[in-house]
Amino acid sequence: MSEAKKEIRVATGDRAILPEGTKLVPIYIMGKQYQVPETMTIQKAVEYAGYQFIRSCGCRGGICGACPTIYRVAGDYHLHFCLACQTVVQEDMYLTQMPFFPANRAAYEIEEVDASAETIMKLYPEVMKCVACNTCTKSCPMDIEVMEYVNAAMRGDIAKAARLSFDCIQCGLCSSRCPAQIQHFHLAQLCRRVHAKYQVPQAEHLKPRVAAIKDGKFVDVLKELVGSNEDTLRELYVAREMEPQDSSDWQPEEKQFL
Amino acid sequence: MGYTPEMLDLIKKVEASRPERLERSKKGIDFEPLTLAGREEVLSKFHPDYKDDGRRDVKIGPSKGESYPDEFVDVLESKARLLVSGAELDKLTEYETEVLVIGGGGAGTAAALMAQENGCKVIMATKLRHGDANTVMAEGGIQGASQEVDSPYYHYLDVIGGGHFTNTPELVAALTNDAPLVIEWLERLGLMFDKDPDGRLRVRHGGGTSRKRMHSSGDMTGSAIMRVLRDESRNRSADINVLEFSSAVEILKDSQGRAAGALFYNMETEEYFVVKAKATVMATGGYGRLHIQGFATTNHYGATADGLVMGYRAGVPMAFMHSTQYHPTGVAFPEQNIGLLITEKVRGLGANLLNTDAEQFVFEREPRDVESACIIRECMERGKGIITATGRVGVWLDSPMIEILEGPGAVKRELPAKHIQFMRYGIDISKVPMLVYPTLHYQNGGLTITDDSATNVPGLFAAGETTGGVHGENRLMGNSLLDITVFGRRAGTNAAAYAKNFDGEVGNVNMDHVDAYHKELTEAGVDTDRVAPLVLPNYTREEIMEKQLTTNYQGGLRA
Repeated sequence: MSEAKKEIRVATGDRAILPEGTKLVPIYIMGKQYQVPETMTIQKAVEYAGYQFIRSCGCRGGICGACPTIYRVAGDYHLHFCLACQTVVQEDMYLTQMPFFPANRAAYEIEEVDASAETIMKLYPEVMKCVACNTCTKSCPMDIEVMEYVNAAMRGDIAKAARLSFDCIQCGLCSSRCPAQIQHFHLAQLCRRVHAKYQVPQAEHLKPRVAAIKDGKFVDVLKELVGSNEDTLRELYVAREMEPQDSSDWQPEEKQFL
Repeated sequence: MGYTPEMLDLIKKVEASRPERLERSKKGIDFEPLTLAGREEVLSKFHPDYKDDGRRDVKIGPSKGESYPDEFVDVLESKARLLVSGAELDKLTEYETEVLVIGGGGAGTAAALMAQENGCKVIMATKLRHGDANTVMAEGGIQGASQEVDSPYYHYLDVIGGGHFTNTPELVAALTNDAPLVIEWLERLGLMFDKDPDGRLRVRHGGGTSRKRMHSSGDMTGSAIMRVLRDESRNRSADINVLEFSSAVEILKDSQGRAAGALFYNMETEEYFVVKAKATVMATGGYGRLHIQGFATTNHYGATADGLVMGYRAGVPMAFMHSTQYHPTGVAFPEQNIGLLITEKVRGLGANLLNTDAEQFVFEREPRDVESACIIRECMERGKGIITATGRVGVWLDSPMIEILEGPGAVKRELPAKHIQFMRYGIDISKVPMLVYPTLHYQNGGLTITDDSATNVPGLFAAGETTGGVHGENRLMGNSLLDITVFGRRAGTNAAAYAKNFDGEVGNVNMDHVDAYHKELTEAGVDTDRVAPLVLPNYTREEIMEKQLTTNYQGGLRA
């Protein structure tokens, strides 16, 4: 082992090593004070403090919605909403995590509903009670225009509701804050599904391909590839015609395997 | 926020050497690529897949003698959390069902839906929430030969060539044959695919594809798929009972040696319970959170190889577990983004990789594995990495070069998500470089399955990242979301058929195979107090563990 190698002490996995002199700041986890490094995310600071997550931790990358967190900073009345894995600690923050929030989800048959205001009203009638306070939007850690999509859904503009809610990670912060007790994220999921299924034109070009596969069209061709030796496969691989980046008029010369 | 003063000082060196590097770049002068011999040398010394240290032969079980990473052999050569007698298992039985699915990600949920469609009552158990899985983290897309100029034939060639011709052929045939069926299934379930106004699916190329067949749903395709599958399973809750925060810790067998359900641990109440089932599907995902050789990972919190351990003890051999995909450029700073992926596009647009002295040390477009090995060498052997305040090491990826090579605004235009992700922490990557280090991305190997998603243990099926063979030694982008849906569906359908043909009810269950595994451990001279499955990674600091005077750790979990 060289000298240089000996000096390198690196962190492994998700456990950080702190050099001498790292500044610690007080944070309050459910009211109890812990001193944690100022550069850490809330999620890692809670682990640094000694907790092991069973709840409130999933992808650790801002997309799964497991770690919604609510906090205030001492001396400031404002409530803040965030994802613990994406937010750096602040001195004197008082935080709690919300691993679950009750929300009734209306069951439906995707083949039997349609993309209309009636579907929305039938499944989620409480939508009409929206008081337009915009608290849902202010509490969204993904910066989604939540109230806008709720209003779009109310009007029957399902396409807009689907589009506006696309980034939703279903953490539930919106529904935890709503004075009208709306269950936004389930409503949004319904809108996205019925929009994609009933409003967007279906992929007609896919249907003959699916029918061909169901008829077993590619069974023999694939069987032959499965039985081919490596040399043959290498030859076929190298000889593949490459579809160009700009391929609007492109047709391959070899058509027998299409 | 942003870079520390120490790091900003180092960045001055990067800025100082940038004009000269840009001049070279404009003249088309690249850092000298490695020769084939040079590649082999750096791979053999520094790539975790090739290095002799950091891996060892597993001493017991159906893949005895195979060489795997130490961290993985450690969990294979571990004791069970507990051994329970048949009579006790009987008392612990809380559920009986036709199909049990272990794992609540994309593969598990697809399996549950298909098992239900084929007339079965299903229990799906998952140790975190339904949908907390690598599935939601997949951004790029899902492959499938949906276009007229493409077919499963070309998809097959692309997959097997990408896997260096090592893939299990029957699995590749299943993957590519079913791909358009899966795309159509997802469309029918209401997935918001990116489409042209006339409904035609938009497709792009991915690395190693001969035809455009990458389908997407914005830049969060995996999340979109997970949301739809989960929503649909909730519509069918009369038949699909989802048990969250329930960790499977062992497969159970009946007197004939068939898989007959599993033993579970409720992490909150610390109770054990048994689910008896006619057929069991393992869909527990990969092993990124074992942090092979200390690597950070792109994987979710629960990726601790549990299903591999349980399946191996039940008698299922491993396939391709020697092979792991490391992405060369994972985030090394800021800490909150550790291990997250930075796309190859950044290097494709012209950004140099630089050491702490702002010198180039590698050609930027080497194959993924070679690029990773060169970065590791620069940091570990030559000591020329940049060390962060949280003890990370990395090298610079000089993204501001893109602004000069491609024109002002190019970074924001070409890399919008990355730009925002760093801006959140006060780092403008159009003005300052990124700090990167290889990150553990994907487990190429896993449990051995047939194209029916069956294992060699009757009644035990498996699907998704917990299986091996589909991708051989290298997976192409867009084929993991396809893998989980194709084989998840096949596992669910075939598990249902198996359950429907099952004669009578499930009899008494036992853990005899685990007992035998323990004896094999002893006979092989493995004397250990390690416990697996880990269930969760343990990120507790040593300073805290030293003071936890009465705490036991079972695997990664406090008990």
